[in-house]
Amino acid sequence: MEDLTTNILLAGVGGQGVILASDIMSEVFMGAGYDVKKSEVHGMAMRGGIVTSHFRFGKKVYSPLIKEGEVDILFAFEQLEGLRWLNHLRPQGKVIINDHKINPPIVNLGEMEYPRDIPEIVRSRFKDFYLVKGTEIALQIGDVRAANVVLLGAISKFFEVAESLWLETILKHLPPKVHELNQKAFAAGREQISRS
Amino acid sequence: MKKIMSGNEAIARGAYEAGVRVAAAYPGTPSTEIMENISREYKDIYAEWSPNEKVALEVVAGASMAGARAMASMKHVGLNVAADPFMTLSYVGVNGGLVLITCDDPELYSSQNEQDNRNYAKFAKVPMFEPSDSQEAKDFTKLAFEVSEEFDTPVMVRSVTRISHAKGIVELGEPVVPPVSVEIRKQTEKFTMLPSFARIRHRVMEERLLKLKDFAEQFSGNQMEINDPTVGIITAGISYQYAKEVFPDYSYLKLGMVWPLPKRLIGEFFRKVKKVYVIEELDPFLEENIRAMGFRPKGGKDRFPICGELNPLIVEKGVLGKRFKAPQPVFTGSVPPRPPNLCPGCPHRGVFAVLKKLKVYTAGDIGCYTLGGYPPLSVIHSNVCMGSSIGAVHGMAKALGEKGRGKIVGVIGDSTFLHAGVHPLMNVCYNKSYATIIILDNRTTGMTGSQEHPGTGYTIRGEKTHKIDFIELGRALGIENPRRVNPWNLEETEKVVREEIEKEEPSLIVSEGPCMLLRRAFKKLNKPLRVDETLCVGCKTCVNLGCPAISYQPVEGEMAFTAEGKKRKGIARIDPTLCPGCHLCYQVCKFGAIQSGEERPIFGFETV
Ligand SMILES: Cc1ncc(C[n+]2csc(CCOP(=O)(O)OP(=O)(O)O)c2C)c(N)n1
Repeated sequence: MEDLTTNILLAGVGGQGVILASDIMSEVFMGAGYDVKKSEVHGMAMRGGIVTSHFRFGKKVYSPLIKEGEVDILFAFEQLEGLRWLNHLRPQGKVIINDHKINPPIVNLGEMEYPRDIPEIVRSRFKDFYLVKGTEIALQIGDVRAANVVLLGAISKFFEVAESLWLETILKHLPPKVHELNQKAFAAGREQISRS
Repeated sequence: MKKIMSGNEAIARGAYEAGVRVAAAYPGTPSTEIMENISREYKDIYAEWSPNEKVALEVVAGASMAGARAMASMKHVGLNVAADPFMTLSYVGVNGGLVLITCDDPELYSSQNEQDNRNYAKFAKVPMFEPSDSQEAKDFTKLAFEVSEEFDTPVMVRSVTRISHAKGIVELGEPVVPPVSVEIRKQTEKFTMLPSFARIRHRVMEERLLKLKDFAEQFSGNQMEINDPTVGIITAGISYQYAKEVFPDYSYLKLGMVWPLPKRLIGEFFRKVKKVYVIEELDPFLEENIRAMGFRPKGGKDRFPICGELNPLIVEKGVLGKRFKAPQPVFTGSVPPRPPNLCPGCPHRGVFAVLKKLKVYTAGDIGCYTLGGYPPLSVIHSNVCMGSSIGAVHGMAKALGEKGRGKIVGVIGDSTFLHAGVHPLMNVCYNKSYATIIILDNRTTGMTGSQEHPGTGYTIRGEKTHKIDFIELGRALGIENPRRVNPWNLEETEKVVREEIEKEEPSLIVSEGPCMLLRRAFKKLNKPLRVDETLCVGCKTCVNLGCPAISYQPVEGEMAFTAEGKKRKGIARIDPTLCPGCHLCYQVCKFGAIQSGEERPIFGFETV
């Protein structure tokens, strides 16, 4: 096992299933034999506000928070939330962003614009960048709530952890009647990375 | 067996493994999940949501007097409410182990202040443990019960947001059978704090503190790690993890028990290392006490901030000083903020729309409705602590006299009202002011994630129980004619508020609209509304309700005119995936541009 700790910052908007996704990731990596820690903020922040979850795995993990500038993978469930945390990445970091936009109140009020061309801003700074159609695919499959599982499928491609461990863990967290749909969502997410 | 657990889950597990029989709490971030876990996972433990933290602690004290192990959990400010029993429980001590969990919130993620409750341990002269991860959260909670019984004292365990809401791997243990039997014990001199008895108990308490100091010297959770002896760090709790992360090779004195402090051990550490930094979040609690012992750390709060939470970067910067190199930002453009917001359909919004229209001063209270203080609603003008709105309105009314009549109201949530609003409303009636108080009864404790309370009709475990009727309660307190309103009906709500604020007598209005997240309260939701783009003039009246489902979009060219040829700069849009169909926007639109999805518009919902 590598000595180094891997730092993943999950970011999104309250209600997108960011915390469930990071719960699943922690279990997957614990199952694969790593020490894991994660940290997030519940409560007020969840009323449509910003949600982040710091997830770390390695041989021995101390801090549940990732040091600013040491994020290995920025895993954003929404474009603007990807942009917001860009400065937390390492220079060679990887960025995975769900190609989806949710307006913050100030944009809804017409007082500020939703930043244009976020993908270009990211691409010009980080070569290792993946824009994943998580929400779009979930809608096609039939349930927008499966977007986080599509995204988990995408990120799973970057680790040498058995696909079956991912799937088992995901399904454990979901009611049986949505298992088939989420299996599809997971596979579609993996496909997104193979193709890019 | 190993399991991934949050600090809060681990504390609940620790209580279970310690054989706790009674647990009581009032919700409050970041402590809430402790009780939710006990109630869900450990059915042998009697669990309750008490109306407030003072009651919770008193319940737990009663159980302890009878010999049961008992635990109260609360957020940091909850202990202010429970401070009265707490300060004297330290005199009387325990029979069964009594543990109080305090969850502090450095950085105020979801709180009105960031007080450091380690000060309470010193103030009340009780021992305090501070875990640095989930494993310790479980272990220290379990140990706290043993220490409580051994030393005849309440024991505190302090968590912070980054312990309570962080997850790590925990090795589970088996529950123990507590050694103390549960029965009625009449021990008047120990438990009745008449001055003559209390004087004796004060001495007992001081002697106990000396014994606890000896315990702290031996306690295995106070760990000395001597690595590189040039730098030594004294720290505790989450700060240890941040420091160890950035400086794995330094020497550490990690305190698992932060009160009382082990003076000999600290002295030994100062002898073994060259220079010492004290790294702790919030107050210089360890630092001041260590300096008072006569030791001279090289750095403490001169390097690490008092305000806000620490993190690995802040710790690194504090230690390295001038040698610190900040990471270079790759993006410096502006990113729109995303504050939390009232949900689409939220019943609070209707009341706020009316208060905004009436331009009244609104004393707010604590809950989701405090979010009405953010733009575009911006209708909350003060908010200090739970229950404070009612006293504020009364005091203002007394100060302003006739000048203020018709111009001030107080709003308070149902859970907050039952927590700390009944006495102030009693006062309004007793001492006669024209205060108008609106209870925003959404049938749940919304802000903390939907918990039951005495006004919902259900216990923590979902059992049916007595449900407080706010109208009847208002009458009993002295309100002559408490009124009900449907907050989704703006005309009705406005009419009632106007009538009540003009009165010379105290008024109580109960806004009855369940929280949109409380599914069981709704028979069904309505169909989403729609903006007729040919009619919308872009006046933003609906947009300024601050509903997340409504957005304003600039338009150009052909789109810059209504069907009647009126010029417009933008139009409103309603996101059908977010709109539950409350019809507030329908009611405020003067141009008939918002269309109901229903056959006939419904102001609000069919509720159960
Ligand atoms: C003394 C104290 N205890 C607990 C809390 C945490 N807290 C904040 S708001 C709130 C209750 C909110 O419920 P309610 O009054 O019904 O309003 P809602 O959020 O449902 O609108 C609680 C428990 C606190 N801030 N202070």
